[in-house]
Amino acid sequence: MNGETTLLEARGIRKTYGPVVALASANLAVGSGEVHALLGANGAGKSTLVKLLTGVTKPDEGEITFAGREIRVGSPAEAARLGLAPVFQDPALVPDLTVGQNMRLTRSSVGAVRARLREMELDVDFSERAGDVPLPMLRMVDLARALARDPRLLVLDEITAALPSDLAERVFAVMREWRDQGRSVLFITHRLAEVIATCDRATILRDGGDVATIVPREGGETAIVEHMLGPEAARAEEEAVAREETAPQRVEGDVIVDVASLRVGRVADVSFSLHGGEILGIAALEGQGQDELFAVLSGQQRADGGEIRVVGRALRARTPYDAIRQGLVLVPADRLLALLPQRPISENIAAPRYNTPTRWGPINMREERRRIGSAIDALQIDTRARRQVRRLSGGNQQKVTIARWLASGFRALLCYDPTRGIDVGTKRQVYGLLRRLADDGAAILFFSSELAEFPLVCDRVVTLFGGRITGELAGETADEAALLRAMHGLVEDAAA
Amino acid sequence: MNAVATTQGRVAFDWRRAARRHGWTVGVFVLLLVLVLYWRSSTNLPWGTFDVQSLAIDALPLAFVAMGQAIVIISGGIDLSVGSMMSLVNVLAAKYMVTSLGDATVGSSATAGSFGRAVGVSLLLLAFGFLAGAMTGFIIHVSKIADIIVTLAMLFVWAGAALAVLEVPGGGTALRYQNLVTLDTVFTAWLPKALVILLVVYALLWLTIRRRRPGLALYAIGSNRSAAYLSGINVPQARVFAYAMSGTFAALGGLALTAASGIGDPHSGDIYTLNSVAAVVLGGVSLLGGVGGLLGVMAAAFVLTLVKTILIIKGVDQNYAQVIQGSLIVLVVMIGGLAIRQKGKSGG
Repeated sequence: MNGETTLLEARGIRKTYGPVVALASANLAVGSGEVHALLGANGAGKSTLVKLLTGVTKPDEGEITFAGREIRVGSPAEAARLGLAPVFQDPALVPDLTVGQNMRLTRSSVGAVRARLREMELDVDFSERAGDVPLPMLRMVDLARALARDPRLLVLDEITAALPSDLAERVFAVMREWRDQGRSVLFITHRLAEVIATCDRATILRDGGDVATIVPREGGETAIVEHMLGPEAARAEEEAVAREETAPQRVEGDVIVDVASLRVGRVADVSFSLHGGEILGIAALEGQGQDELFAVLSGQQRADGGEIRVVGRALRARTPYDAIRQGLVLVPADRLLALLPQRPISENIAAPRYNTPTRWGPINMREERRRIGSAIDALQIDTRARRQVRRLSGGNQQKVTIARWLASGFRALLCYDPTRGIDVGTKRQVYGLLRRLADDGAAILFFSSELAEFPLVCDRVVTLFGGRITGELAGETADEAALLRAMHGLVEDAAA
Repeated sequence: MNAVATTQGRVAFDWRRAARRHGWTVGVFVLLLVLVLYWRSSTNLPWGTFDVQSLAIDALPLAFVAMGQAIVIISGGIDLSVGSMMSLVNVLAAKYMVTSLGDATVGSSATAGSFGRAVGVSLLLLAFGFLAGAMTGFIIHVSKIADIIVTLAMLFVWAGAALAVLEVPGGGTALRYQNLVTLDTVFTAWLPKALVILLVVYALLWLTIRRRRPGLALYAIGSNRSAAYLSGINVPQARVFAYAMSGTFAALGGLALTAASGIGDPHSGDIYTLNSVAAVVLGGVSLLGGVGGLLGVMAAAFVLTLVKTILIIKGVDQNYAQVIQGSLIVLVVMIGGLAIRQKGKSGG
């Protein structure tokens, strides 16, 4: 770190949305030639601060200086002119225009963007409609576009959340390159391992204010979590996790889902069985068939070949409705795919139950309230904004998607990247919840784009590569290195 | 395959993608061709240049107003005020292109003004259309009221204004101004001037902006408003611009009505509000915004006009003719929608 000179400084930033105080008084200083992390639990004010810095919204109070001058950023376009290039959590590419037209829209040089993509060894067809480009690749295009402007400060908001590990690695390379050129990166992420590996300093926000600026390599994950959650909360969390870890009372249950020689899309030949009471991890790089696997199991897509049995009966799912009736339910990564954003929590939780086919007649409201109430309690959902699910934080929304299935009952829970974009505290609650469900006999299939989650969550992990299962590891041994090797199909098949 | 990484540089022209992207427009032109052939075969009379010219003249007002409507719908809005804007421009033109209005009750007829006067009035009215549309867009932006409500209100405002200008059909315009769209042809009698004017306007007002930032901004705000904003687009400006274009095209439609009929009628534009939406949908523009182009919409305007003509030739009852027209729109859009869904499924 050579942060003698400060490139960006924000002092006493305050921002309120009606009665909600998003930022009370936040300070942030990013030096020249440093990679600076902005951390905090969901709702701590990270997103708000980024929006203020990049001109998406305006602060109520406080001042921002950039390269020694006080600035007022009125719009994203103005931020770009100042030399502040953001890459947002949601891709800022217009889906109905081609990639090339998107570049023209932002007055970006197509040649420079192409060059940046080539440097990252990516090839994107610029005449493709942006909406047809897969999301992870779109994030990379977004990044290349930001880089092409040669900004002095690159702001990366949760860019790695939707990226498979090989693409994330390229983002880190760019961040290192930027630092080596004496420029700066502001990096927002939930993945603490990434912060420790790549960032020089980290500012941690809690409840709308900055609580500490630390060197992440020195304190490690524990120190960061402590700052993020506050000292007591962190200790309680640690204990909770420790308790669960010391009680690995695994009972092999019956086979709930049996997949035999499944063939669909990129899935060439996949067989595995998922037992009651276990959490089975599926680890894979981007596009190895996991999307299709989950789509078939949850009834969104039909298989081209092979067989799926649910408790011995063949799965005949033409729609998600059929899969749900047979007890296969999905928790998707994109929470808004599963939720009714304008409706209250209770309605969202009750929605799948409206379909229960055996019971006609009026809904038993007392029974329903009881079920909803117990699901909310079990997941510790923050119900302050219960009238509209879209106002909940990401973590709480994800809890609601799980609560729906708790209230309606299921045999196997299909979790597709269930912790994407939610904070450490909530993630741990989700891990703990999945473990409790498994202990109660549920079967859980678990995919994550974050490798560090597998050993924490899973009893067993299978790796998918090129549409085939390439390896199986016990949960405890599924560390990042072992997973990565198996995910690239590099496992030394001594057993077979 | 069609997804991400084409490993070697620029690939050859991708036919499948071109078909996916422009299939609808081509389909509308094919439909138009089929209808023209049917039209020709359904009458024993010799088929001459006159038929082509009258088709172009009939379709011109609808084509204009539908293009404006398409621009607004592409940008994610809808403009229900276009019909009465046409009426208003029509009566203003007919009133001020004459030197004396005359009085139908006394039996004196209007005295047409000079051609120069007519052109001057036309330019003023085009500017009026642009500003009136911009004002509508501005109200939508400032009030944050839904597009459909504000433009519905403007529908009544302009309709009332049109009646205030000219309560009963009347007025007129220079004969040479009428000849602009009616009699004259270019190069050959098979190329009606009305069609040439349409294509010139299309080239001037749309081709010049479509692939540049103002045009891309229209698609951007219709496709995903927050992504457009994050791309540095001035969203309010682009919205106001869309409505200003719609107002301009409605004014062009009103002037076309004036030239074609030679008089002003405060109800002349009434049918065009919903017909313009029909032409836009038939022309392959998504009502959700962000998708489609104006070429298909122009062809759709001709299709709708031709269907009406054919039904008249066939002697179909006016009431049933409307039933048939409506059914045709639903049918075509439904078939198109199914075709797209099928492609989406197999394309995976």
